[in-house]
Amino acid sequence: MKYRTIVQAMLALSGVALGAAANAATPSGEMLGNTCAGCHGTDGISTGPAIPTIGGLSNDYLVDAMMEYKTGERGSTIMTRIAKGYTDDEIKAMSKFFSGKPYVGNKQKVSAKMAKTGAKLHKKYCEKCHEDGGTSAEDDAGVLAGQWRPYLQYTMEDFHSGARTMPKKMKKKMKAMMDKHGAKGEQALLDYYAGQE
Amino acid sequence: MTQFTRRNFIKAAGGAAVAAGAAGFPMVSFGASKKVVVVGGGMGGAAAAKYIRMMDSSIEVTVIEANKHYYTCFMSNEVIHGRRSIDSIRFGYTGLAGHGVKVVHDIVTGIDANKQTVMTKGGHHFKYDRCIVAPGVDFKWEKIEGYDAKVAEDIPHAWKAGSQTVTLRKQIESMKDGGVVAICPPPNPFRCPPGPYERTSLIAAYLKKNKPKSKIVVLDPKPKFSKMGLFTAAWEKYYGYKSSDSMIDWQGTPKGSDDNVLKSVDAKTRTVTTGFNELKADVLNIIPAQKAGKIAFAAGLTKGDWCPVHHNTFESTIHKNIHVIGDAAIQSPLPKSGYAANSEAKVTAAAVVALLNGKDAPTPSWVNTCYSFVHPGDGISVAMVYNLVDGKVSKVKGSGGLTPGYAKSTMEMRAREEQYALSWFKNITHDTFG
Ligand SMILES: Cc1cc2nc3c(=O)[nH]c(=O)nc-3n(C[C@H](O)[C@H](O)[C@H](O)COP(=O)(O)OP(=O)(O)OC[C@H]3O[C@@H](n4cnc5c(N)ncnc54)[C@H](O)[C@@H]3O)c2cc1C
Repeated sequence: MKYRTIVQAMLALSGVALGAAANAATPSGEMLGNTCAGCHGTDGISTGPAIPTIGGLSNDYLVDAMMEYKTGERGSTIMTRIAKGYTDDEIKAMSKFFSGKPYVGNKQKVSAKMAKTGAKLHKKYCEKCHEDGGTSAEDDAGVLAGQWRPYLQYTMEDFHSGARTMPKKMKKKMKAMMDKHGAKGEQALLDYYAGQE
Repeated sequence: MTQFTRRNFIKAAGGAAVAAGAAGFPMVSFGASKKVVVVGGGMGGAAAAKYIRMMDSSIEVTVIEANKHYYTCFMSNEVIHGRRSIDSIRFGYTGLAGHGVKVVHDIVTGIDANKQTVMTKGGHHFKYDRCIVAPGVDFKWEKIEGYDAKVAEDIPHAWKAGSQTVTLRKQIESMKDGGVVAICPPPNPFRCPPGPYERTSLIAAYLKKNKPKSKIVVLDPKPKFSKMGLFTAAWEKYYGYKSSDSMIDWQGTPKGSDDNVLKSVDAKTRTVTTGFNELKADVLNIIPAQKAGKIAFAAGLTKGDWCPVHHNTFESTIHKNIHVIGDAAIQSPLPKSGYAANSEAKVTAAAVVALLNGKDAPTPSWVNTCYSFVHPGDGISVAMVYNLVDGKVSKVKGSGGLTPGYAKSTMEMRAREEQYALSWFKNITHDTFG
């Protein structure tokens, strides 16, 4: 038994999963990523407003999202079912693939007035983590600028329902924002993000 | 001008090449000498062509497609329902041309596997180093007396989208309230397993709103069908299924019986005869049993009704250098779906690019996600991740599955699934033709 444990530990260290003997090597990030493109668009650039663009998001953000779907920590109608199909190594490989692609945002038509209010709220409550007006991937908080508005709306609904857990800092800031500006403030924020390139 | 294909060159170079040995022979790149010919520019063929060009732009890719425009089968049930126009499911080939794919509109009549040549009705010959065959399905007309391609113009299958989709829509639109729509789904295996039941649902949604006294009878030659629990739950919710005045009457066939196996059609009276029933309908939709597209048989790529392939590359197990993808291939446990065809196309593109560059085919991975609409505002899905185990496509344990049942999934979740389906449609068509 002891010997087995050691072997297992060694295999785990070398990145080889036990029981994978019959399987071929881990597919490349490109191979895995291409299977996602059916829903998320070529190179992760989504042209469908309910599905987020994932090309050009940060590696850490993508790995976290997939791992949360896989464990069920982040709720979803479909991604929880799909994420369970991948090993941690595969998740890392596909995340690396998409993080290496350019982010192409979708500037959407929004109310200019709301977006202006949103810009102010963003500065006050969100900019600290979602840097540069939500355009940065490097902050590992997900790119918000130019992301599809229906998707952003779903995301906020999930945060409020508890299907997705807000990071501690976000929870505090969002509560402060909602207390002061309410649902309209949230809509203004989404308009601000969706109205950018 | 003499054009050297790589094969020719090896022959011409003679002894030198042989002496160097297969592995040792330098894979000199001859520019345009790496030729791929794709037969059929549908979901599988078009995606394969585009992705080969994206992966290696030194490969010359020619798609030979019969039609100037492609109508997607997915979302065609929405056209039949009436909430989408036929134009919104039509796609052209300029996007592929933009990737440097040569698109030829012609009908492929034969493939000479020895000479590595594709022949067309227009009298043209295309040499290839690797050929990808993606012709979709053909119908087994001979199984139903009185039904053939000509009768199908009036009694549509609408299982290839286009003019028949419009015909079926028009017939349902002009049917009187209180009329009977009969749908005859095919036996397994066939293109899009949930398709006939999505169609049933969406026709019911239209009738419920516009002609509430009408009925839909589904004469199914099978005892059960894809996403059955979800569909029937939705039918209960919206169309009174299981109640005395249900709009939908689904009649299955127990295993071993031929109760609802379609035997013949009387086109004049729109009457169908099955092993047990005779039914006169106002609108009749017959979806015949299916097999691989005609060219797959002409090229000797079939075993039984479909084309056997090595799953790691989708190369035919019968003819070398020819790959078969999409509905025509034997891909089970992957379904015959557009998403699966797209996934197979990319695995095959990567394999073809590697092999043409003297490398091993990479480890494959596939996904399938199929959405169905059961009512406007209500969508369901099935998804699965697949990998290669012992040389075969296999489901990754623990992954995928159905939308949770109606007792467990909320209306809000399923409304999202509908929106995801619509966004999926935009992305997969752009991924294929854009
Ligand atoms: C009603 C319905 C709903 C569907 N819904 C979904 C869905 O929601 N999701 C999903 O994933 N799938 C869906 N499908 C299934 C999907 O449409 C098919 O699985 C998919 O189109 C298969 O792709 P393919 O490349 O094999 O064939 P096709 O897309 O049919 O393409 C074959 C192409 O080859 C051409 N061709 C054939 N023979 C020749 C020849 N000899 N010479 C030149 N060209 C030729 C044809 O003109 C055609 O363009 C649905 C199908 C139906 C009928």
